[in-house]
Amino acid sequence: MDGMSLLTITVLAVFVGFEVVSKVSSTLHTPLMSGANAIHGIILVGAIIVAGQATDLWVLVVALLAVVLATANLVGGFVVTDRMLEMFRGRQRPPSKTEAAAGAVEERRP
Amino acid sequence: MTLLNPTWTALLYLAAAACFILALKGLNSPRTARRGNLIGALGALLAVVTVFVSVKLDNVPWILGAVAVGAGVAAPVARRVQMTQMPQLVAMFNGVGGGAAALVALLELSHTGDPWVRLAIVFTLLVGAVSFAGSGVTFAKLQGLMTTRPVTFPGLPVLMALVLLAAVGAGVAVILNGSLVLALILLVLGLTAGVLLVLPVGGADVPIVISLLNAFTGLAVAASGLVLGNVLLLVAGTLVGASGTILTRAMAAAMGRSVAGIMFGAFKGGSTAGSTAVSERPVRSSSAEDVAVLLGYAQRVIIVPGYGLAVAQGQHTAAELALALESRGIEVDFAIHPVAGRMPGHMNVLLAEANVPYESLKEMSDINSEFKTADVALVVGANDVVNPAAKTTSGSPIYGMPILEVSDARQVVFLKRSMRPGFAGIENELLYEPQTTLLFGDAKDSLTKVLGAVKAL
Repeated sequence: MDGMSLLTITVLAVFVGFEVVSKVSSTLHTPLMSGANAIHGIILVGAIIVAGQATDLWVLVVALLAVVLATANLVGGFVVTDRMLEMFRGRQRPPSKTEAAAGAVEERRP
Repeated sequence: MTLLNPTWTALLYLAAAACFILALKGLNSPRTARRGNLIGALGALLAVVTVFVSVKLDNVPWILGAVAVGAGVAAPVARRVQMTQMPQLVAMFNGVGGGAAALVALLELSHTGDPWVRLAIVFTLLVGAVSFAGSGVTFAKLQGLMTTRPVTFPGLPVLMALVLLAAVGAGVAVILNGSLVLALILLVLGLTAGVLLVLPVGGADVPIVISLLNAFTGLAVAASGLVLGNVLLLVAGTLVGASGTILTRAMAAAMGRSVAGIMFGAFKGGSTAGSTAVSERPVRSSSAEDVAVLLGYAQRVIIVPGYGLAVAQGQHTAAELALALESRGIEVDFAIHPVAGRMPGHMNVLLAEANVPYESLKEMSDINSEFKTADVALVVGANDVVNPAAKTTSGSPIYGMPILEVSDARQVVFLKRSMRPGFAGIENELLYEPQTTLLFGDAKDSLTKVLGAVKAL
């Protein structure tokens, strides 16, 4: 692809990157950072290409190391983000409050 | 096996890039965040499958083995990590991503003679290495492998300047002659620069540095996209670089700091101020039973959790205490400072883990006006985020940081381990106020005792 198209794509991606996170609340800063962290693990694609074209042994070894590191970034990043978000179930107060209230009523009954 | 034609490949990469944008968009709101993350993971899976069917690859069994090793190590660690240790894990994942980008760039050097491509290689090498080494140091600081206080020594700024100059020199040489040896030297210089960059950053600012290094890795990945002529890497890396920059600024703003101040403050000796001396002035300390009486006969209690709660794993006990108080008809809220914990938003994650409902976690801007109506503000393992010095002492390292106005409450109860100052190393005047009561001990033990005493009322 020619330089001008690459530049166009880059500039547009910068604006999209600015735009998608401009209004996020501080509550979600950590998951958002972790999610973005997982996304740059896509360097795995580059590592796979380099490893797949390696002819020297040392190149292959270094490239495979890059594959291991990139996979750890990609897979670990998405899994840990999911773990964090699992906890933001939210909307649990009504049941837990009524449960507590119900418990209190039962205690009083006898 | 026939390979996918370039048009289809480009379309699949485009779909993956769209997934990444939707993922970041989804992570903006609690409702859509989890789905957003899944969409991102699907995009990544799509991209990885695409590379296998669109490029002629040798060594495929080896590559699959390496993928299995990486995933086999990372996934269980990510599944099992304690939520208190999550910030350092994120730092670690970020670092290895930067390292992978640097290695990819290094190996591509022999495949090109184009000076522009070599420029992209030099950039990826340097930034990837900075991110790798810098993340390693943040990991060590957060894991407690080294001191969390800023590490400085005379001549650090000079050394840093020399390393950067040498890196620029080596970079220019690599662009001119494509020497692998010089590229390796550049890699080492990048690693050194990464260490020097993060060493002087104080513990409380480490989360912001993680975010900054995250943006760095994004930029390194984007540059590697230019090296390999891969548009997906270019787009994904640029997205992360741009959003990471915005996020870093937003986090710094939540702490009332500037990014430049955090990165270079210690070079000027700014953020190392504060004392660790323990003052001899009298304070009012009391027993768990007294605290239970204060809480049990209040009408409105606001709990201010801090990192001390998290390290003591006391979040479940805090949640139980809140329930016990509520069953006595007391209104209980949690006031969350944006930087409580070890990462912005960390405390929300920890309390959510303990099943504290999302609705009773109040953000600083919403709760600050309500401390006036509270009978008791219960500060558990927090110090700097309630320290009035942030408002009153202009020389203080935390001056300008917005704080939770706990002093507006009728009574303030601190559950503290000792009189030692908090993370930033500054004394808290609030501890000596007449309305303040202290209960010394590990946050979880103290909470358990108070909880028992409240139930016995």
